[in-house]
Amino acid sequence: MADEAQPDGKEEGAGSAPAAAPAPPAQDLRELVERERPGAVLEQTAYKDMADEATLVLRAEALVAAATLLRDHPSARFRLLSDLTAAHWPGEERPFHVVYHLYSFDHNRRLRLKVKLRDGEEAPSVTGVWSGANWMEREAYDLFGVRFKGHPDLRRILLPEDWGSHPLRKDYPLEGRGERVYTKPKRKEFGE
Amino acid sequence: MFEVESSTRIERSSVLPGTEELIINMGPQHPSTHGVLRVILRLDGETVTDCDCDIGYLHRGTEKIGENITYTMFIPYTDRLDYIAAPSSNLAWVTAVEKLFGWEIPMRAHYIRTMVAEFSRISSHLLWLATHALDIGAMTVFLWCFREREMVLDLFEQAFGARLTVNAFRLGGLYQDVPQKFLDLSQEFVDLFPARIGDYETLLTDNRIWLQRTRGVGVISADDAIDLSLTGPIIRGSGVRWDIRRAQPYAAYPYLDFVVPVGENGDVYDRYLVRVEEMRQSNRIIQQCLAQLPKGPVSCKVPRTIKPPAGEVYHSIENPKGEFGFYLVSDGSETPYRVRIRPPSFVNLSGLKKLVMGGLVADVVAIIGSIDIVLGECDR
Repeated sequence: MADEAQPDGKEEGAGSAPAAAPAPPAQDLRELVERERPGAVLEQTAYKDMADEATLVLRAEALVAAATLLRDHPSARFRLLSDLTAAHWPGEERPFHVVYHLYSFDHNRRLRLKVKLRDGEEAPSVTGVWSGANWMEREAYDLFGVRFKGHPDLRRILLPEDWGSHPLRKDYPLEGRGERVYTKPKRKEFGE
Repeated sequence: MFEVESSTRIERSSVLPGTEELIINMGPQHPSTHGVLRVILRLDGETVTDCDCDIGYLHRGTEKIGENITYTMFIPYTDRLDYIAAPSSNLAWVTAVEKLFGWEIPMRAHYIRTMVAEFSRISSHLLWLATHALDIGAMTVFLWCFREREMVLDLFEQAFGARLTVNAFRLGGLYQDVPQKFLDLSQEFVDLFPARIGDYETLLTDNRIWLQRTRGVGVISADDAIDLSLTGPIIRGSGVRWDIRRAQPYAAYPYLDFVVPVGENGDVYDRYLVRVEEMRQSNRIIQQCLAQLPKGPVSCKVPRTIKPPAGEVYHSIENPKGEFGFYLVSDGSETPYRVRIRPPSFVNLSGLKKLVMGGLVADVVAIIGSIDIVLGECDR
């Protein structure tokens, strides 16, 4: 919101204190989660303050409780888990970010949740909250190596089970480490 | 008897002595799996008692590639995701990147993008209907649908130079304006298409064999579908009237008038009806676009080097298959930091087990057809 550009004549007309800044997006959801589990929300951001880019960073221990609350509470009703994925930020203290995108039919609104994990730390699985998370968590495990505690069937989904490494991590090179190498078959030369 | 590979966790259940259960592979080379999909079925006679999918045959590491090339260079890669509806995939990517920037796209570009996206929806649904009917046994529908699909692909070739992997849009709008011949031929197409849809319906909708093969097959309730994160015609066939073009409009959809069809029972037949009606509505949308097409530029001013501000966005569109979205993380440089493709086919396919359990083997074919998967976008 471009509000610092120049003072609005209407607001300063009365000479009283300037109007309070608008609440950041998802403030109501943050308060909802904090009432149930104080201290669960670590950060609240939104790209360019867009309402549908509202992001809440949660504590890993509070994730399942917060997810259940957001799914069931009448003012939230985030029944659809649009997407579950991960991102790798090496160099941060908690390099693995597991990202959840939620959608509410009743309120037509989106929300992003994030959980930041240390290397080797397990994320709690949300398959008990939304069944659709099953395959998505398997894919995050397959490509990033993030394990999900409580997942009924955690195994690789896209890559063969003997692949060995987790390719979408930033320390894995684009051309691979030689797991699958295509060798061109040698053609017979003329005269052989 | 052969050993099933360890990549699945289907085991022999304890069966009565004297009977035998069969664990078979359906795919990866199979005419009805719509691509390289391997479904491992455990059968008791003809009844499915367990089902597992083995995917990843078409995994090409598109998300990893996205981290190493620029935003514009990624557009042809999006073609190859859902290759049946390539303009739709292009549209999802360019709108996600434009959301990072916050650019104002000219109205003419919005309308042309909408028109081309709806043509790709028609093309995708035609191919879906053709292959779905062919799997179940109706060969005539296959040939009739492809006749119309050829017209749509010719239109794409007119405008973009390619039939399938069109690389249609650019960041900021379009590369160049569409030729007038494209608009004339589009008008001809929309004038004759509703009658053709009527032809397909004459063959299938009240056909006794079709009804027996699809009514009551692969039923899923609305609550189960939402729980499994299914989107697109599957969830609309179960009665949830949700379409991203209506709920969170993009491109020119706020200015267009169309109906979102829903089914009642959530079976294969309802999903068929939903998609056929969607073809009609797409036709209606294209007619409105042609009538309302404004004049003007087709691209906004785009900087030479595309360097979005650092941040993350998620933007999804209504692909013919479902909710197709991009979660894009930018670190302020020319190449994205993380490209996540939210694949409708992948998520819809995860519901396969619930849909086929307890049914017959022949129904598995009908159900896979009704989910409408494209392995390119499922595996990426």
